[in-house]
Parts: sequence; structure tokens; C-alpha cells
Amino acid sequence: MAKYLLLKHYRGAPAAVNDVPMDHWTPEEISAHVQYMRDFADRLEKTGEYVDGQALAPEGTWVRYDGEGRPPVTDGPFAETKDLVAGWMVIDVDSYDRAVELAGELSAAPGAGGKPIHEWLELRPFLAPSPTVTDCHAGG
Amino acid sequence: MDEALLRSLTPSVLTVLVRRGADFAAAEDAVQDALVEAVRVWPADPPRDAKGWLITVAWRKFLDQARADSARRRREDRVDEEPAPGPTPAVDDTLQLYFLCAHPSLTPSSAVALTLRAVGGLTTRQIAEAYLVPETTMAQRISRAKRTVSGVRFEQPGDVATVLRVLYLVFNEGYSGDIDLAAEAIRLTRQLAAHIDHPEVAGLLALMLLHHARRAARTAPDGSLVPLAEQDRGRWDTASIAEGVGILQAALARDRLGEFQAQAAIAALHADAPTAGETDWVQIVEWYDELARLTDNPVVRLNRAVAVGEADGPRAGLAALAAVDASLPRHAAVAAYLHERDGDLTTAALLYAEAARKATNLAERDHLTLRAARLNSRRCR
Repeated sequence: MAKYLLLKHYRGAPAAVNDVPMDHWTPEEISAHVQYMRDFADRLEKTGEYVDGQALAPEGTWVRYDGEGRPPVTDGPFAETKDLVAGWMVIDVDSYDRAVELAGELSAAPGAGGKPIHEWLELRPFLAPSPTVTDCHAGG
Repeated sequence: MDEALLRSLTPSVLTVLVRRGADFAAAEDAVQDALVEAVRVWPADPPRDAKGWLITVAWRKFLDQARADSARRRREDRVDEEPAPGPTPAVDDTLQLYFLCAHPSLTPSSAVALTLRAVGGLTTRQIAEAYLVPETTMAQRISRAKRTVSGVRFEQPGDVATVLRVLYLVFNEGYSGDIDLAAEAIRLTRQLAAHIDHPEVAGLLALMLLHHARRAARTAPDGSLVPLAEQDRGRWDTASIAEGVGILQAALARDRLGEFQAQAAIAALHADAPTAGETDWVQIVEWYDELARLTDNPVVRLNRAVAVGEADGPRAGLAALAAVDASLPRHAAVAAYLHERDGDLTTAALLYAEAARKATNLAERDHLTLRAARLNSRRCR
């Protein structure tokens, strides 16, 4: 049992096979895509593997602390930021192989021409809670 | 309201329903409903016979649901074919329930969820919170698991090894949410031990008790890991250690050694040492050798290298480590520790940092980062 994050990128991932931007799809292709994503999440809920999924607006703000008593500094958005996350899904699965299998299915979502996008998704394991038994010797 | 009593009655109430001819999935739902009702009603109106009350209420819930289902089936114009309960074979029903919930057709996560609900009497919400998934997801996982085992005969003989693996998984998940999974695993293993006489069940129970005994000493107030050698041994639970050692000795005396007994023996040797310096590492290495004969798990050889490093010095430990697959998680952590003991702090710091990057859990990553940082700041001074 392990949790994984499936990350979808606006920018920063290698180019997809069917790499046509969404605003060049037909309205039917867009609804087919949205439906596929919804069905995928529903199916994972039924298999007991779904944890969470969210989409993010493309434009964000950079924020940092600016010292005692001063408001935080904000900046951006920066058009040149290479890595831009579009959304995520969190899954709870029995194995890494299962996580890869599901990411592969999600990447098959239909795009332009009703064909799979073959989009690259980033698969990141969660750091798990520490197990009870592995008593650490000084080394770990 | 005694929730522990309520939950300990769960398996026997469930098996009574199954014996009366209810199918497992429906009976399990009915028992959950009865538990929920008990939590609601008992505080104001506690029953004299808790088990009898639960059986009556669960059976009524089962009948209500069965009637609703058969009414629906009649509307759908189908024939109601409830099989009559067959003759009762001489098996231990609670034990059968453990086997069913750990059936090999289930994935580990569904076996764990089903065991916690049907044997442990936990609610779906409690299980979901413990495993940090939404309640709807956990509910689906459990109903899927019940569908998976729906064709399995309740009396079918099972393998105790699969049950032990499931209980070990529950124990190792540790602690999150309201439910203490480690304590729950101990309760379920103790209950199993009362139903089957098997040295490996005893071995697992001993292993759990010995590890649980150290729990208070294992984390610092800030939540960071405290390595075994640095733990305050005064905070170890001596009663739990004594119980674990007693159970283990009785199991070992039967001369049917298994993996869990060997692991428990190692834990017992640690528990037995008044200070870290007095640990009998030579015997621990021997137990790792036993363990390596019993299992081909490469992690055993990794841990053995640590023990060899303590028994025969860090160079010997590094030599033992050279034969272990370097791609294993914690390989770099072990190498770092042995190099540190050997006085090569530069290599140790680099390896600790590498180990931190490869760590699969947060507490371990922070711990390894801290060790790397300590060595680095020492060298800079």
C-alpha cells in the first residue's frame, strides 16, 4: 500500500505524441476528454484506489517573506518558468507497477482527432509514514 | 461503553450469522450496522448479555435487508434461491474468518481492510482515517474485497502464513488517526493465537510485543527518530518485553523455527541488553544467519551487515555489505553508518546525504539528513 502523485504539466514535461493544444480541439473532442478523466476517477474510486484529484489554474503568484512587520513580497507570474503543474491525482495502490499501469491509462486520455494524447505524466511516490518494525540502527 | 469488548465480540457474532445461513458479505454488513447501533444505544441502556444483544440485532438487520432484497428480486421477477445451511463441520469459526479475510485471492490492501472490519470490528471510517484515504474509497475497497471472496466456502482450509502476513502489514503501518494500528494488530494476533496453536503465530506475537515495548523511546518529543543505540532504555515497557520473551521461549522450545520467531529472537536480544554497548551482537549475527536460511529476503543480509559491523568491527561489516545488492533501500544508509564507525567521516557524510535522497519515509529522511549535516559541520570546524 503506497500513495503516489500523478502530476500533469502545462509545461515542462516532454512533448506528447498527439501534441495539439486543447484550444485547437473540437468541442466534442474536449468533452470526450473531460468525460474520460471523470470516468477514470470514478473507476479508481470503485477499485478503492482513489485518494484525491485537483486541477490548477495556470497562472500563479510567487510569494516570499520580506522581514518582520512587512507584508510578503509577491511577484510573477513568470512566463519563462519551465515547469508548470496543471493538476494532480493521488492514488493509493498495492505496488509501483500498479501505479505505472494507472498512469499509463490516464495518459491515454483522448485529445485531437479522438486519439490518445500519450501525454507524459510524472509519477512521484509519497514519503510513507515510518514503519514500526524497521528499528533504525544509527545508520537509518 | 466498552468499545474493546464490542470489537472483540465482532468475529463470533459474524460467524454465528454465517452459520445460520447468511452469506458472508450480507452478514458482515449486518454486524457493522449492529455495532453502530450498539455505540448509539449502549451508553444509556447497556445490555446484560452483550454478545446475545449483538447477535439479535445483527440477525434482525440481516433479515430486514434480505427481505428488502428478495422483495426487489420478486419485483424483478426472479426466483429466490437461498441455499439451505448445510451440516456444520468441526472447524473453528473465528479461525475460518481470519483465513477468509486474508484469502490469497485478495490484494494485500484489501485483505488488510477486510480483516480490520470483519475481524477487528473497526468502522469503514476508522479504517479510512488510519490509512489516509477517503471513506468512499475505503468502502469500495471493502465491498470489492467481499465480492472477491464471495465464492470461497467458509469452511475451506486456509494458510496461517497468509494471515500472519496481513497482521504484520497492519502492525507495521504504525500510527495515524484515532486508531492505533500497532495495538490493533497485537490484539488481533493475540486473539488468533488463542484459536490456533502454531509457533509462528506465537513468533509474530512476540515480535510485535518486543517492538511495541520500545515505542515510547523510539521517537523524540519533536517526532524525530531515535536510533536503537541512543534510546532511553528506561522508557522501554518491561512488562511487554517480559511477555514477548516468554511467548518466544515457549515457541522456540518446540523446535519449529520460522521467520517471525527468528526476527523476534533478534528483537529479544536487543531488549535483553541493559545498555547498547552490552548487546550480544555475536548471537544476533547467528540469528541473522538463521533468518537468511529461512528467507531469501535481501533486507536480511543488509541488516546482517550492520550486526557483523558491531560484532567484528566496521571493516568486517563493510565486507559483508559488499555482497549485498546495492540497489536496496537503506543500503547507502548502512554503508554510511559503517564508514562513520570506521572513521571515514567524509565518505560517511556523502553516503548519509545519498541515503537521505533515497529514503522512502519522512522521519528516516530527516534523520539521515541530520547525520550528514552533523558530520559536515564537524569537518568544517
